[in-house]
Amino acid sequence: MTTTLTVNGISATVDLPEDTPLLWALRDGLNLTGTKYGCGVAACGACTVMVDGVAVRSCQTALGDVAGASVTTIEGLGTPAALHAVQAAWIAHQVAQCGYCQSGQIMQAASLLAENPDPTVQDIDAAMDGNLCRCGTYPRIRAAVLDAANRLREV
Amino acid sequence: MSRLGTIARRSFLIGSAAILGGVAFGTYAYRRPHANPIAGAGIGAITPYVLIDPQGVTIITPRAEMGQGIQSTLAALVAEELDLPWDQVRVMHGPPAAAYYNAAMLEEGVPFAPTDESWLAETARSAMAIPAKFLALQITGGSTSIPDGYDKMRAAGAVARMALVQAAARRLGVSVETLRTEGGAVIAADGTRIPYADLAVDAAASDLPEVPPLKPRADWTLLGKSLPRVDMVEKSTGTAIFAGDIRLPGMRFATVRMNPAIGAAMTSFDATAALALPGVEEVLALGNGVAVVGTTTWAAMQGAAAVTFDWTAAAYPATSDEMRSQIAAAFTAETVDATARDDGDVTQMTGQRLQADYQVPPLAHATMEPMQATAHLQDGHLTVWVGTQAPGFARRAAAKAAGIAEENVTLHTTLMGGGFGRRSEVDVTVHAATLAAALPGVPVLVTWSREEDMTQGPFRPMATARFSGSVRDGVIESFDLAIAAPSIMETFGERFGIPMAGPDSTLSQGAWEQPYDFPNYRVITHRAPRTVPLGFWRSVGASHNGFFHDCAVDELAHLAGVDPLAFRLRHLTHLPSRQVLEAVAEMSGWGAARPNRAFGVAFCLSFGVPTAEVIEVEDTPDGIRLTGAWAAVDVGTALDPRNIEAQVSGGMVFGLSAAINGQITFAGGHVEEQNFWDYEPLRLRQCPEIEVRILESGAKIRGIGEPGTPPAAPALANALFALTGTRARALPLSASFRFA
Repeated sequence: MTTTLTVNGISATVDLPEDTPLLWALRDGLNLTGTKYGCGVAACGACTVMVDGVAVRSCQTALGDVAGASVTTIEGLGTPAALHAVQAAWIAHQVAQCGYCQSGQIMQAASLLAENPDPTVQDIDAAMDGNLCRCGTYPRIRAAVLDAANRLREV
Repeated sequence: MSRLGTIARRSFLIGSAAILGGVAFGTYAYRRPHANPIAGAGIGAITPYVLIDPQGVTIITPRAEMGQGIQSTLAALVAEELDLPWDQVRVMHGPPAAAYYNAAMLEEGVPFAPTDESWLAETARSAMAIPAKFLALQITGGSTSIPDGYDKMRAAGAVARMALVQAAARRLGVSVETLRTEGGAVIAADGTRIPYADLAVDAAASDLPEVPPLKPRADWTLLGKSLPRVDMVEKSTGTAIFAGDIRLPGMRFATVRMNPAIGAAMTSFDATAALALPGVEEVLALGNGVAVVGTTTWAAMQGAAAVTFDWTAAAYPATSDEMRSQIAAAFTAETVDATARDDGDVTQMTGQRLQADYQVPPLAHATMEPMQATAHLQDGHLTVWVGTQAPGFARRAAAKAAGIAEENVTLHTTLMGGGFGRRSEVDVTVHAATLAAALPGVPVLVTWSREEDMTQGPFRPMATARFSGSVRDGVIESFDLAIAAPSIMETFGERFGIPMAGPDSTLSQGAWEQPYDFPNYRVITHRAPRTVPLGFWRSVGASHNGFFHDCAVDELAHLAGVDPLAFRLRHLTHLPSRQVLEAVAEMSGWGAARPNRAFGVAFCLSFGVPTAEVIEVEDTPDGIRLTGAWAAVDVGTALDPRNIEAQVSGGMVFGLSAAINGQITFAGGHVEEQNFWDYEPLRLRQCPEIEVRILESGAKIRGIGEPGTPPAAPALANALFALTGTRARALPLSASFRFA
């Protein structure tokens, strides 16, 4: 049972049952461990990736449903040597504490800004509401999303 | 300044061979003999904190990083004295080792005579009370890493710098006085520049002082500044490695399902259906549950859901109500655990009186990363990767589980996706080691489901307080607080085989040591019967005692008809405590509430840090909103202000999550809450902007991972009373109020 999809711009074939959540296909099938397991029921957002440019919860997205699709994970958004604007803003604001939720936060923020380049604080609160952080980095997340919007506008 | 051991040349050489093929420098402050993990018996004076190899300088920061930024600040202490630029700093946690013992956890009461009963002495002892039980352990917790490392890490940097300068002097044939250090190099008067890496081997021959001089604060270039954290880029790019991110050839993925009656045995199980599922390879009995091993974590989780069980019943009361009744029945003379404080005569109540009972529920830690560990047994040697606050404990437990000697276990402490006390446990380490031993040669990653993580504990205890007090002429006349709860230390001691004689100071932590000058002031603790496993939850006893104590103060303020913030100040002469209250008053614009809004203030001194917080709430058609939050802390000396700010605001959010929604309930002996949909932390839209002010009294330096949490719940409860006139004496507050 193989599924072919594009992950971070590269064609990938995964030999796992089609009902396997994308989260586990990425983590255990493709060794892309930047995407995190937090709850398994789409209640925390730690597993957020983009499918064809839109944020989804990979724990609730079946592998079979993304056959042929383009998946972007945190590793594909940017790298330490070539940061995405959202990642650069996250670093500038020193957002992360434990860091476990931040891949999902950053993917959600990148998706928001792709759709809405000039979000209000209310837009940010609404878009990021499904992403939990137990360390309490929320105020810095808000500031970093606004900063990332500025950075993207300047590009 | 602690006494530093003599550092012998041979120690460096042996140390360098044993660590990473580089040269290790260090200093080791000790009051008791510990085996040297590197050099073996007989050389007891060196602990490696600085490792120099051809690639550069690595600072060993033997406290676990669970989000609190400790590895960055510990590294900055060394780098400051070493004159090492921040962008050249690399850090590693290092192996579990006796040399990395947390000295602050061993020094209970040391700065004070036993007869010293000043608030400061008592506070210091209180902060050490929990960790004192961890004698001879390398552990991260109790906000102790900075008090422990402040002198030790600077001394390590200073000694390494002196060794390097002496080596350069010998090589150049000049006196050390003509040399300076800058940018990770020794620089001679003629401009000759020798990088540290080129001097490392020669430096081992240097004579070093027992007590190196440390830079005065005025000369600091790194400390006192907000530095970029060493883990920030990796945590922003998905490249940070947690225990579940280890990938090895031939790896298998596992999960566990344990008896929901926590700790009770499994009578039998049937894995037939599970083993028929694709990708499920093994189902192994664990005594009180099973582990399912598969080709992916998903296969293992599907397998675990397909196993059927015959469980035995819980050994503790089946429902929350029964547990609460047990606690209510524990307010007797026979159950007194300690009379933690008894000033004056609390029976002297001539003024207006208040009697009130307060309650808090058990809480789960619910770290974002569920429990995870990876283990691999090869040729009789076990390698474990786990995010642990107690690597020594974890290694011992892993060895026992795998049935091998401890010296045959290598334990790597990974980053943790939140700790909050939960990762001082060894349960998932035991699971990983057990599976690795059952599947020799196969690397195994164990990931608990969120549901297992939520329901298996250990928990912050359920607790009840009974308060009786009085006010007269606008001040507190009598303050009498009795607290009853099952003992954390009792169940912790059971799990770890450590005898826990004597009172459990966590029962009174955050209440008895408050710096108020009430003339008649008593705090008594009662030990309720043990129920479920209990553990250390961020700020431990202060997480609930801070709520009890401060809400009672607030109620007395209203009873006296005095502004609650001014009322607290009336009873405080301790200057740092006054100053944090005055700071939040100024920051919040206290006293001038806007329409439909109200302020609440709370104060708690915990882990030696006086902390005041103000929360503003607003009544809206959608429910009550938190519209502002302010905190002020006094840490003595602030090493990294931006990181301290993050810890205080984060601690406050942690406290607010618990205050609004947090509760673990029991029915039929099982935990009812399963996941984040029914144990829901604060979300972004609910989180106000938080302003933090850091004060520096110059008193003993303090850790800041925990003190932000205790005042959050009472500040919110007090604000809600000011807004609505309804006094909630039980948490969570969502049971009494509708939040937006």
